[in-house]
Amino acid sequence: MTKTTTNLADPLVRVRDLSVSFRLDRKTTFEAVRGVSFDIPHDATVALVGESGSGKSVTSLAILGLLPPENAIVDAKSQILYGGRNLARLAASELRGMRGADISMIFQEPMTSLNPVFTVGFQIEEVLRLHMGLSGAAARKRAVDVLAEVGIPEPERRIDMFPSQLSGGQQQRVMIAMAIACEPKLLIADEPTTALDVTIQKQILELIGELQKRRQMSVLFITHDLAVVGEIADHVIVMRDGEIREQGPARDVFERPQDPYTTALLKCRPQIDRRPARLPVIDDFMSGAGIDPGTVLERPRGVAPDDPVVLSVRNLSKSFWSREGLFGRREFRAVKDVSFDLPKGKTLGLVGESGSGKTTVGLTLMRLHEATGGEAHFDGRDILAMSAREFLPYKRRIQIIFQNPYASLNPRFIVGQILTEPMEIHGIGASAQERTELAFELLHKVGLPEVSFYKYPHEFSGGQRQRIAIARCLTLKPDILICDESVSALDVSVQAQVLNLLQDLQAEFGLSYIFISHDLAVVKYISDQVMVMNEGAVVEIANSDEIYRNPREPYTQRLLASIPKGWHGEHARAVG
Amino acid sequence: MNDATMKPPLAARREIPHVVSPGLWTLAWRRLVSDSVAMVSLAIVVAFVLLMAASGLGVIAADWAREVGVNYAPPTFVGPDAAPAAPGAPGRAGEPAAPAGPTPGSAFDSTVVDPIGDVLAELKAEAKGKAEAPPAPGGFVDPLADVMKEIDAAKAAPPEGKSVDPLADVMKDIEAGRGAKEPAAAPAATERRATLPFGADKWGRDVIAKTIKGSETSIFVGLAAALVATFIGTVLGAVAGYYGRWVDDTLNWFYSIFSSIPYLLLILAVAAVLQHKGTMTIVFILGLTGWTGVFRLIRAEYLKHKGREYVQAADAIGASNARRMFRHIFPNVSHVVLVQMSILVVAFIKSEVILSYLGFGVPVDVVSWGSMLNEAQNELLLGKWWQLAAAGGTMAVLVTAFSLFTDALRDALDPKLKGTTGQ
Repeated sequence: MTKTTTNLADPLVRVRDLSVSFRLDRKTTFEAVRGVSFDIPHDATVALVGESGSGKSVTSLAILGLLPPENAIVDAKSQILYGGRNLARLAASELRGMRGADISMIFQEPMTSLNPVFTVGFQIEEVLRLHMGLSGAAARKRAVDVLAEVGIPEPERRIDMFPSQLSGGQQQRVMIAMAIACEPKLLIADEPTTALDVTIQKQILELIGELQKRRQMSVLFITHDLAVVGEIADHVIVMRDGEIREQGPARDVFERPQDPYTTALLKCRPQIDRRPARLPVIDDFMSGAGIDPGTVLERPRGVAPDDPVVLSVRNLSKSFWSREGLFGRREFRAVKDVSFDLPKGKTLGLVGESGSGKTTVGLTLMRLHEATGGEAHFDGRDILAMSAREFLPYKRRIQIIFQNPYASLNPRFIVGQILTEPMEIHGIGASAQERTELAFELLHKVGLPEVSFYKYPHEFSGGQRQRIAIARCLTLKPDILICDESVSALDVSVQAQVLNLLQDLQAEFGLSYIFISHDLAVVKYISDQVMVMNEGAVVEIANSDEIYRNPREPYTQRLLASIPKGWHGEHARAVG
Repeated sequence: MNDATMKPPLAARREIPHVVSPGLWTLAWRRLVSDSVAMVSLAIVVAFVLLMAASGLGVIAADWAREVGVNYAPPTFVGPDAAPAAPGAPGRAGEPAAPAGPTPGSAFDSTVVDPIGDVLAELKAEAKGKAEAPPAPGGFVDPLADVMKEIDAAKAAPPEGKSVDPLADVMKDIEAGRGAKEPAAAPAATERRATLPFGADKWGRDVIAKTIKGSETSIFVGLAAALVATFIGTVLGAVAGYYGRWVDDTLNWFYSIFSSIPYLLLILAVAAVLQHKGTMTIVFILGLTGWTGVFRLIRAEYLKHKGREYVQAADAIGASNARRMFRHIFPNVSHVVLVQMSILVVAFIKSEVILSYLGFGVPVDVVSWGSMLNEAQNELLLGKWWQLAAAGGTMAVLVTAFSLFTDALRDALDPKLKGTTGQ
């Protein structure tokens, strides 16, 4: 396979007037990308930043020619120039030859991007066979080399493993190894760290940065997270609604953003070192109305020793058993002897990496899982020891907001049914009319128009759906609200709105929150107290300012060091 | 939380203007309407169902058993059969010649005065006259009486009343068989037509009316059995998938047993055990043996859905098991149920045909596509193709239309599946 030769004076890829639309049905089309133009220079990292629906992924798929052919329409004027050829007009067979060899891609989910029935080695060797004509021992040797290069320990042994035998971080490394095996000139990374824990995210980002420098290739890094971009990018392109809002060198975009949208993205995300009473939201910037004074004031957070306690958990344990052999079972201790007190009207943040048991704590307290051991005292009674019937009246006082607002609302119910159903079950409101009124009231409270009552969940955006989920919890007038990664699936700007809403509701109703998240910045912002968990056990629990300023345990220190620093990290200083 | 703060202002709130958003079914219906194949096949299916309803209510084809034409009257567009050499002569080639006079199985030329008609008319008159004196056998055409006697003997029916005339009994039998209220002389009174729009069967019954009546039986069996099977499969599948553990194990055990027996064998076994023949028996048999596919699918759907966050959320607000199963999960899997039911209707129509064809199906006095095909297999030897064509053609049209409609329905309910081969 001959590689395309490129003139170094020109940029590696020149995208001009790229427009992509999707055919939704016979009559309607949706314009996903509208006339986008940008360059990817040689030996540089370009970050394509945008929220969901901004067209950033579609743009990258268009470069690779991977758009679904049955309903994607690339406008005839679009040009994607690479090595003197227009990729937008290239035949499918030619494009296939270039993919993997000249341009390659890594995806968000390593678990689903690797084929589970082939060994890691086979999958890397396949790329080498197809594009470099290597086979047998030569391909294997090259595969081992690449695995070593992406930092897989013991590559000779791991090459014969199946993807499921590797951890998530290692799988992503294998994906990267496959992508760089043929020494591509351009690596497209589509949210490569979003599905990973923060410590692993840091490692992968470092790896991509290193490889880019060593191989002198270009990287197109697609992400929604500006903090990650600040760690890696030389050039930044900000997209919204299929158009480019701003592009330029990373320094300019971070330090002197020209577009209000860029400013908004930079400001909406909670920062580790500040805690405004309200987070600014995108509309504050886009409308030019100026910044709410609330966003300037600092909100004090923290727990005093004499705060009244609403929920007291002692030695909570939860085990899962998996069948092993014919009669054997293996115990997996998801939660080990967790104890904490939740003060009234305060927020307890629960952080940890995936598998740390933080979600299980929440589900067990709600008795969506039955606890294996321990006590949880609420109103002077142990709610874990009650029968299901006894627990029912308590159920309404502890409510949960799930992570995925797309999955937690029944798609066949209108919002009105979603909101009135809990009231029906618990006999709140004397009549259907009264319950409807209450539902209207709550919609208003969470900032949705009353006509929402008659709509289905799919007609709302992610943030709006999360508001509906919050309203559903509020129908039961709970004392404790468990937020299980409730803002993690939301865009930065929407995240800010929901966090503001949660704080307003807490102030108004004196709610106590258990806020579960892997996002340390968000937890720092909203919590009075933070509990760090690792492998089912509590590592450290302290007031949130305290824990971020002086983490005592090594694990906490490592976790905090992994938080993407945005434009304040080492990368910025290096580019400086 | 403080109750007072949440109290809604009950002071007469204005009714807000609103439009309830289209739900799943409305959207699916819109997609279906835009699909021309679906609409055509739906029209055909609806026409068949209307036909079934009309025939069931006795509006049309109520007198399907009347012998309006001559035996094996050909379709009008074919034209009447050429006159045989002489009345009473043997029928068409290939048919064994009757010793004397026509047997009920032979073709007739309409130009010849039907001898049976005469006989019956006379008999009728005699019967009315209480038949005091035994009729002189010599006065009649002997061979016919012999034939009738043979039939009589086969039926082993004891002579009734004082009538010693064997033909009187035959008459009664024929009348009972028809279930017709018209005077027994009617067939004789109305002239039997030489040709019918789509021909007649062995006894001169109109094939079109018979096909309509047969459609009624077959479609009814298909729809009713599909309802029964879908109901059983859905309820068991929901319970197994939702509760899991030993409930699931037990029901799976049942499922395995049912699905390990060859389908047709199972049906025949149940049919043999039940002994009682009737349309409802067929419905029962098919429903009892056909639920396994639905069970497997619905169980899988419930397994998948019970872990979904919206079901957990329902648990969190205190919804009971039954509520979660049927109010929350069921609407989310109902499209699967509907498509499965639609597939089953076609399958059961075919099963009914096979069963009736094999003689395990509907009783002899009920006509269905299967029994028509059964009759047609003998007729085809004589070159009488119209009954086969009518039954086979109608069935093919309905089954094809229904299958196309099922495909379109699945695409409309689950647009993501479009273009894939489905389950």
